[in-house]
Amino acid sequence: MDKTYASAGAALEGLLFDGMTMAAGGFGLCGIPELLIDAIKAAGTKDITIASNNCGVDDFGLGVLLKTRQIRKMISSYVGENAEFMRQYLSGELELEFNPQGTLAERMRAGGAGIPGFYTATGVGTVIAEGKDVKVFNGREYILETGIVADVSIVKAWKADPSGNLVFRKTARNFNVPAATCGKVCVAEVEEIVPLGSLDPDHIHLPGIYVHRIVQGQHEKRIEQRTTRKKEQA
Amino acid sequence: MPWDRNQMAARAAQELQDGWYVNLGIGIPTLVSNYIPEGVNVTLQSENGMLGMGPFPYEGEEDADLINAGKQTITELPQTAYFDSATSFAMIRGGKIAMAILGAMEVAENGDLANWMIPGKLVKGMGGAMDLVAGVGRVVVVMDHTSKHGESKVLKACTLPLTGKAVVDRIITNLGVLDVVPGGLKIVELADGVTEADLRAATEATLVG
Repeated sequence: MDKTYASAGAALEGLLFDGMTMAAGGFGLCGIPELLIDAIKAAGTKDITIASNNCGVDDFGLGVLLKTRQIRKMISSYVGENAEFMRQYLSGELELEFNPQGTLAERMRAGGAGIPGFYTATGVGTVIAEGKDVKVFNGREYILETGIVADVSIVKAWKADPSGNLVFRKTARNFNVPAATCGKVCVAEVEEIVPLGSLDPDHIHLPGIYVHRIVQGQHEKRIEQRTTRKKEQA
Repeated sequence: MPWDRNQMAARAAQELQDGWYVNLGIGIPTLVSNYIPEGVNVTLQSENGMLGMGPFPYEGEEDADLINAGKQTITELPQTAYFDSATSFAMIRGGKIAMAILGAMEVAENGDLANWMIPGKLVKGMGGAMDLVAGVGRVVVVMDHTSKHGESKVLKACTLPLTGKAVVDRIITNLGVLDVVPGGLKIVELADGVTEADLRAATEATLVG
């Protein structure tokens, strides 16, 4: 089985429609599906709801789709790096549902694992708990959160084999794994597609059963906060 | 003289115990890693998917795939492990992280914490703070005792939207150290040159014991 597509645009063909729900991997600008985001921009899909921890910056990552007004709603834990996001949100053009970061990750994981809801202590006694079912286990309160199932998930990995087995690199794994699993269809962009048999089966981070289409391409991999230290002088 | 940012971080570092897995928040809590006592081995967790966080990289050795939860470039250590966000918060929610050291806007005498939102101003989001305070073994807050306008941030009840209800165990401020105990807050320690009267005057919360 070869799940390889020639371009990000080709990999998304037939999957996009107005009003759809997507899940996207990445944390900040680390491990984001930048090629697929550009292809969605080119496709012009509108009124998208996107579950993603962040929303990029003004000119990179999901911020690109804000600028073109293709996003109707974001489900995120932190959106502080994006001025256009704030402008659209405060003017009422953009809907925002804040989820605690771990709740968002678990909602994706649960959605992909066939679990429609779960109870968590995160957010008890805060605005996050408003309107949610509360249950007491062993004397402690928990709130009900629901699993997320997306029409399409878009993720970025380091390497894939043609069967869709994925390997990530360092902290670029982040939300890519839970986002991939919660999509009815998952499209993955990678830095390199390697021949079948060249990935160690013991070292696959995400088995290909979760990944339907793959595309290889050049990534900018922008750094958001470049922090360094000086080498001590000998 | 009240403690400065570095002295507060150094005091917070005294809370760490050998063998602990710890999560440090953004701001003063990040500085705590500079003051980890000799002989105390702690493993720093970064909630974007890493245990065993190392220092900033040397110039020219930054890696876009290796960042901390503040999106800063960092390095790995020999014991480093990477994992996805769902696994990361499973260890946080599951109580595997011994302590989180976090900044705050307000803390109340019952341990309520507010550190993510000021209504009417720009709203950035809670990130992983709500998960951390609900899940880790012990929550230590490091913050200035009063606002820029001199108003107490150590209150009878928080005025801002909460990050967590009754979650804080210990508060370290520029004036001293306070513990959340039944009935209010207990003074554990005063910063050098700060009197109990100074601390009481800067505290709205009930002080007991």
